[in-house]
Amino acid sequence: MITVTHVTKRFGDFVALDDVSLEVPDGSLTALLGPSGSGKSTLLRIIGGLETADAGTVTIHGEDVTNVTPQKRGIGFVFQHYAAFKHMSVRDNVGFGLKIRKVPKAQIAARVDELLSIVGLAGLADRYPNQLSGGQRQRMALARALAVEPKVLLLDEPFGALDAKVRAELREWLRRLHEEVHVTTLLVTHDQEEAMSIADNIAVMDNARIMQVGNPRELYDRPANPFVMGFLGPVAQLDGTLVRPHDIAIRAEPEEGGREAQVRRVSHLGFEVRVELVLAEGEPVFAQLTRTEAEELDLSPGDIVWLRTAGGTALAA
Amino acid sequence: MRIALRTAALAYLGALVLVPLGMILYRTFENGFVAFYEQVTTPAALAAVSLSLTIVAIVVPLNVIFGVVTALALARGNFPGRGILQAVVDLPFAVSPVIVGVALILFWGNDGWLGGALPVIFSLPGMVLATIFVTLPFVVREVEPVLAEVGTDAEEAAATLGASKWQTFWRITLPAIKVGLAYGVVLTVARSLGEFGALTVVAGGVAGESQTLTLLVHARYIDDHNVFGAYAASTLLMGLALLTLVLMTTLQRKRA
Repeated sequence: MITVTHVTKRFGDFVALDDVSLEVPDGSLTALLGPSGSGKSTLLRIIGGLETADAGTVTIHGEDVTNVTPQKRGIGFVFQHYAAFKHMSVRDNVGFGLKIRKVPKAQIAARVDELLSIVGLAGLADRYPNQLSGGQRQRMALARALAVEPKVLLLDEPFGALDAKVRAELREWLRRLHEEVHVTTLLVTHDQEEAMSIADNIAVMDNARIMQVGNPRELYDRPANPFVMGFLGPVAQLDGTLVRPHDIAIRAEPEEGGREAQVRRVSHLGFEVRVELVLAEGEPVFAQLTRTEAEELDLSPGDIVWLRTAGGTALAA
Repeated sequence: MRIALRTAALAYLGALVLVPLGMILYRTFENGFVAFYEQVTTPAALAAVSLSLTIVAIVVPLNVIFGVVTALALARGNFPGRGILQAVVDLPFAVSPVIVGVALILFWGNDGWLGGALPVIFSLPGMVLATIFVTLPFVVREVEPVLAEVGTDAEEAAATLGASKWQTFWRITLPAIKVGLAYGVVLTVARSLGEFGALTVVAGGVAGESQTLTLLVHARYIDDHNVFGAYAASTLLMGLALLTLVLMTTLQRKRA
């Protein structure tokens, strides 16, 4: 378990972390999710010992590491831009930590081979980083971090520099790797879809603070505030209430408590149909329907309809 | 148009550089190789070569160490006075070497601040100091941009993998700046061999004792009226410079 208690960090006048506390459960894959500048990378770097907190403490597996150097924290760190050792082969990159620890050569070779096959780079041991694709480099970086058997694995936007397709593949791959290796993992991302799809626990950050911690479903269904609600998914506003657009029901006939609105535009996005409307008072609002719902209603621009919220999540705006 | 440009460039370089240097080569070897050999193996010439190379051998390691340290401070540090340090590093580019020589005498000379407490002026230490002064920027200016470009990610990664600062420097930082550093060294060597202005002031210029190759060329030409000897010494100096230039081009090609 990683425990962060009352950590504060300033860079000059800029407050990067404001009295932040967080617990990362053992064996979990936790995501630190937030917009850029929210302090998530700074928090990760403080846990890794790459930055020092102005105040507060960090413990890893019960040991207070606040004043311990990164060398002695027992962490594995993966950087957004791979941080490959360019002058070393893949084999030497992965074996670096073991070589520093003066592990016998034969043992290093065996461990590197094992790791390279886990990350799917078995045939590429003698290549150099510039001969690998971005995805391969990041898998090499992961193998390198895992080689020293870290107590916790810290990943700073690990897929941020990769294109969408590779990113999706690596996410899936990391999820499976975590199920095999089961090392406590903390991953920084600004991509809510990434966090929701691979993490079992998410801490949402904004403005140097942690807004809410929970599993993906809790955060989506019971957001603590409008920021979390908006960051985790689309939000529409109806009668001073924030709701998910798929929780807005559209009727073709007037009904009790319904709000009159006019259809502006209907977009068919495959399975989902997005309807842009404008309320009688001129306020815009949008709703998401399934294909079936949309076909039954058969909406076209100019139609007058009645809206109401159909359960789900609602927050006062 | 392109051909006209090329011709113009070539004619310009030819008139200013190639022809004058070629004339020296022609004069050096017009009496045959033996005559050249005799001129560059006199006791004074051998002493001058040895002194020039000795200065290079002292200056290069010092510039490498302090150049890398300064480059690291400039590229990685964020400290008050960083701007001043940047300017000071470039100062030798702006100050004429003659002024460097005068300044050194003011500081180290018999009537200087240190009252001649140490035997610096007119001997090897003075020549080394003058050469260090004029070559100071080369290593710093070659290494600093490379350090800035490679960033700190790899160094931080090495730290999280257990490498000490010292291990990180030797295994990660140094290999990354290797080519830039070598380039800085070559420039330092070339400049050290060719330094004249500061040395005319601080190096006594006594043949066999405090006369570098450049000073030998000057003494033979102006004082001894040994014009042929001056040509021969110049050719030797150019040969050494050419060697470093070839090295430099090879490195450049490697870097590209």
